[in-house]
Amino acid sequence: MADRKTGQTELLYVTSGDMYQPYSYSLGRLGAEFLNTIKEEKRFLGARCPGCNRVYVPPRSVCGRCHMKMEELVPVSDEGEIVACAIIEFGFVDPNTGIARPVPYGTAFIRLDGADTALPHFLDSVDREKVKVGARVKAVFEETRTGKIMDIKHFALIDQYRRPGGSNGFSVE
Amino acid sequence: MEKVAVMGVGQTSFEREKDDTFEEMVFEAVQAALSDAGGKIGDIDNVLTVSNDFWDGRTISSMSVMYAAGAWDKDVSTVEGDGIFGAIYGAMRTLAGSFDTTLVVAHAKGSMGRMNLITNGMFDPIYQRPLGIDATMAAALQARCYMERTGATEEDFASVSVKNHRNGCRNPHVHLGMELSIEDVLRSRKISDPLKLYDCSPISDGAAAVVLANERGAKRFAQKPAWIRGMGHCSDSYTLGYRDLANTRALQAASRKAYGMAGIADPLKELDVVELYDAYSYMELLWYEGLGLAAEGRGAELMMSGATCMGGDLPVNPSGGVLSAHPVLVAGLARLAEAVLQVRGDAGERQVAGAKTALAHGINGACGQAHGVIVIGT
Ligand SMILES: [Zn+2]
Repeated sequence: MADRKTGQTELLYVTSGDMYQPYSYSLGRLGAEFLNTIKEEKRFLGARCPGCNRVYVPPRSVCGRCHMKMEELVPVSDEGEIVACAIIEFGFVDPNTGIARPVPYGTAFIRLDGADTALPHFLDSVDREKVKVGARVKAVFEETRTGKIMDIKHFALIDQYRRPGGSNGFSVE
Repeated sequence: MEKVAVMGVGQTSFEREKDDTFEEMVFEAVQAALSDAGGKIGDIDNVLTVSNDFWDGRTISSMSVMYAAGAWDKDVSTVEGDGIFGAIYGAMRTLAGSFDTTLVVAHAKGSMGRMNLITNGMFDPIYQRPLGIDATMAAALQARCYMERTGATEEDFASVSVKNHRNGCRNPHVHLGMELSIEDVLRSRKISDPLKLYDCSPISDGAAAVVLANERGAKRFAQKPAWIRGMGHCSDSYTLGYRDLANTRALQAASRKAYGMAGIADPLKELDVVELYDAYSYMELLWYEGLGLAAEGRGAELMMSGATCMGGDLPVNPSGGVLSAHPVLVAGLARLAEAVLQVRGDAGERQVAGAKTALAHGINGACGQAHGVIVIGT
């Protein structure tokens, strides 16, 4: 409120209200086949570039390096290696649920065997001794799958399968 | 002075709903522009993307298309606004001498969001957005101002719609070419008085790209150059309440600058074809005046004279214009692409015979807050 005698006014803010901006994002053919295959077969596919043979997971339509259209999908493993990771201690609002995801939780970029790029997802562990670059992981799928990236529940650490002499660190060069 | 040319143009089809991803649309437009230029992605020194985060439903939308835009290991700059401003900025980057060639690509998928919510988002959040104002409501206010000032009628507006939708029948890129009568337009569904359905452009998906080069860079390509003879841009007030909505002073300033560079004294006589941004039918009449093709208040008269129809002295929007397809942000770059095809004689069924000098026009912001004009010639 405003007090004309003292010249003081309560400062105001206006919020954006309850309006929300809904969007519908097209996955294209390759993206749709990627998620449909996870949903129906619990398997991963990647897009292979006809120019450089790199395999992109998740798939995309264009290889930026070669500036070429990618059409071919190839199977890749449901196991792979952490190339970047973090344990989240301060959680933000989960865009799937609108509520904060319980902390702590592990998250990583994972290069699946047979892929040249890394896929981001959650980990089943917050153990600092185990959540490391180079650690081996395997996908765990949800029971009920709907054709979304969250059909993958998380990646489970499987350090007993650590590949001897496996590459340590991330490179798509 | 150093010169800059458009060496190649590419457009996807513009459709109401495309299944393609942004990446697929951008790649298609870029490949088409490179192929038209007779060059390869390696001939491009830098890339300029045109996109808008609200329309794309993501932040840094400009960066996410870099693979398809061919920007790997190249400098990328961005225009968040209509593609004609991207082309003007791209021409400046080329003229500045840092780069001999520039690729400009614009994309939009109007189908993936909600037009009225997204365009509501361009207005002031405290005093204007709560009123529900969007692009079409603002346009209705401008149309009414124009009618009050000039005496133009809804029939005059309808005649623009009839002309441009008819022209659209000859353009394979657009989705709303059709034969309409004045009556069809007048009787179409009321959207925001005085605007009816056929006074309003559709919401479209698509992408467009152009390859720009200075004289040195032009030698890399097989295509004949379409030289930029002049260009100009100017903005009016952001706040609609500070503007006389029926006054075209920003377009007058932009076009006079372009005419000055191009050495054009009488645009109605010296231009052979015009591609302008008719987001709503009445805008074409208002832009006639701003471009100096008609005296103030005489836009409707020029329309009714038939001069701007195919076969007239100065055909306007032989492509069908924005009324026949409106991929937001892309539409101004598509105007430039069409102007280039016209002066090269490559416009197919929509070719204006003997066109040597063409004008392309784009707008940005509500009710044409900002205008960009490019005069192109062989
Ligand atoms: Zn490649």
